[in-house]
Amino acid sequence: MSGFASLERMAHDRATTRNHISRRGVEWTAFLFILPAFVLIAAFHIFPVLYAIYISLHTGAINRFTYVGLDNYIRALEGADFWNALSVTIWYVALTLPATLVLGLVLAYLLYQPIRGRGIYRTIYFLPYVISTVASSIVWAWVFDPQSGVANLILQRIGLAPLRWLIEPSGIGQVMGAQVGVSLPGWAQGPSVALIAVAIFTIWQSLGYVTVIFLAGLTNIPGELYDAAHIDGANALQLFRHITLPLLTPTTFFVVVISVIASFQAFNQIFAMNTAAAQTLGGPLGSTSTLTVFMFDQLYTYANYGYASAIAVLLSILILVLTLVNFRALGARVQY
Amino acid sequence: MTFTRGRALPSADRLRRDLGHLLLHLVLIAGAVSALFPFVWMVLNSLKGYTEAAAGLDILPKRWLFSNYVTAWNQVGLFPRYFANSIFIGVATVLGVLVTSTLAAYAFARMKFPGRDALFLIMVATMIVPFEVTLVPNFILMRDLNWIDTYQALIIPWSGSAFSVFLLRQFFRSIPQDLYDAAVLDGASHLRFLIDIVVPLSKPALITSALFTFLGSWNSLMWPLLVTNSPQMRPIQVGIASFITDAGTQVQLLLAAVTISVVPIVLVYLLLQRWFIEGIATVGLRG
Repeated sequence: MSGFASLERMAHDRATTRNHISRRGVEWTAFLFILPAFVLIAAFHIFPVLYAIYISLHTGAINRFTYVGLDNYIRALEGADFWNALSVTIWYVALTLPATLVLGLVLAYLLYQPIRGRGIYRTIYFLPYVISTVASSIVWAWVFDPQSGVANLILQRIGLAPLRWLIEPSGIGQVMGAQVGVSLPGWAQGPSVALIAVAIFTIWQSLGYVTVIFLAGLTNIPGELYDAAHIDGANALQLFRHITLPLLTPTTFFVVVISVIASFQAFNQIFAMNTAAAQTLGGPLGSTSTLTVFMFDQLYTYANYGYASAIAVLLSILILVLTLVNFRALGARVQY
Repeated sequence: MTFTRGRALPSADRLRRDLGHLLLHLVLIAGAVSALFPFVWMVLNSLKGYTEAAAGLDILPKRWLFSNYVTAWNQVGLFPRYFANSIFIGVATVLGVLVTSTLAAYAFARMKFPGRDALFLIMVATMIVPFEVTLVPNFILMRDLNWIDTYQALIIPWSGSAFSVFLLRQFFRSIPQDLYDAAVLDGASHLRFLIDIVVPLSKPALITSALFTFLGSWNSLMWPLLVTNSPQMRPIQVGIASFITDAGTQVQLLLAAVTISVVPIVLVYLLLQRWFIEGIATVGLRG
C-alpha cells in the first residue's frame, strides 16, 4: 500500500468506527451472527490444525497413540522419501506456476481488447476449471497414451521420438539426451516426463481461472489513463509496461499468493492422472510423488498417522513461510 | 487498442486495426480449441463402439451409439445413486455455506463488537492451511462421532467456509452506510436489513460463493474417498474413480459416465456465469 492514501483511509476508518460505537455501542448480537460459521470453522479447520500438531508428536494407531517427541519430524528430514517429495513438489510448482501466470496475463490482455465474442471466449476459457479433475484427467490420460495418444501424434508430426509420458519415470533431460546419444549427469536430468505430463494438464486446467481474475483486474483500470497516454504518443507496448502492469499489481499480488498456495497443495490432479494411467499413487517410481501425495500415501496406504501429520505440518510451515515472503517481497511493491 | 473504440479512423488505421483484430481472433480461437478439444474428444468417443473407442484412431464414430449413455447409467456401479448423492450433498453444502457465511460476513462488515478484527483474521488465516493437514484429525473426528459413511460427514465439515465469509464481507462493505441509517430510522433490525436490503443487493457475490461451493463439493475426491466405505454413500467422483480401476473397463462407457457427470456442473456454470464473472470482478480484487 502506498503510504499516504492508506494512512488517510485508516484515519477515516478510525473516525467512523468511533462514531458508530458512540452512537450504537457494542452490538452483542454480532456474536450470534458469527456463531454458526465460527463453530464450524473452529471445529473442522482450526481445532484439527492443533490436533494435527499433537498427532505429529505421536506414533501408533488411532486411540492408541504413543508420544515420541520429534521422532516423526526427524524421520522425515533424515529420510530420502521426504526430500524426493520436496524436490518433486518444487519441480511441479516451477513447471506450472510461471507458465500459468504468464499465459493467463497474456490471454486476459488479449480478451481485454474491444473485439467481438469476448464473452464467448471467456466462457470457453473458464470451462476447464469447472470440470472435475477426475473427468478431465481421464481425457488427458488418453492424450498422453503412448500408443494412440494425441501428444505422441504431435511429437511424431514435428519429427520427434514418441514419449511414454505418464508412465515414464526418467527425467526429461535423460530421455532427450538418450535420443541424441548423450547421457547426462543426475542434476541435469530434470523433472520426470510423467511429472511434465501432469504439469501440462494442470496448466490447462487452471489457466482459465487465472485469466478471469486478471481480466477482472484489467477492467478496473480507468480507461482515461490509456487515452491520456495515447495522446502523449505511447505505443501499445509502452501502454502495457507503464500503465497496465503497474496498475495491475494488486491483482497480480492476489493471483501469485493464491497460486503459490494452491500449487503447493495440489493433489487431485496428480492423484487422478496416476489413477487414469493405471499407476500406483505417486506415479512411476514415485516420480510424481509431491509432498501432498506422499503424505496421503502414508495416511491412506500405510496408516502412519503420526508420520503423515508431521509431513503435513512441515508442508504447512513451508506454505506459510512462502506466503509471508510473498507479502514481504510483493506486498510492498503493490501500487494502489 | 482500447482507445480506438467509437472514434472515426482514417482508412489506413482502420485496416491496421482490422488486421490486428483478425490476428487476435486467430490466437484466441487457437486457445479456445485447446480448452475445448478434450471435451469434444470425450463426447465423440463416448458414442463409439468398444473396439473403435479403444483404438481411438478415427475422429468421428462410425456408428453413433447413443445407447452407451443408457448402458453407462445402468451399469457403472450404482451410477444413479452416485449422481443423486452428489446433487444432495452439493445443494445441502451450498445452503449451509450461504446461511452461515452471510450472517458472519454481515457481522464482520457492519457490526461493532470487541475482538472483531482478531476473529476475522483467525478465520481468514485458516485459508492458508493446506487442506491435507486437517485430513487426519477430521477423519478421526468423524470416527469418534460415528459419522463414517454418513451424509453428515460429507456435508457438515464443509458448511462453514472462511473463503465465503471473506468474499461476502468484501461485498457487503461496499453497500452504502446511508441505506442502513435509513432502514434504522424505519425501525429495521440488523436481521431485517440484511434479509431485505443486503441480500438482494449482493446477488453476484452470493452466486459466486454458491458456485465455488458447489464446484468444490461436486468435484471433491480425497475427503469422500476417506469417509465413505459403502457404494451407496459414494458421491459421483469416487464412483467414477473406482470405475476406472475396475478390471475390464469399457472405455466408451467410462467416457459416457464422465460426460454425464460433467453435464450438471456445465449447466450450472453456463446459467450463472454472468453473475459469477461480476462477482469475481467486484469482490476479490479491490486493493
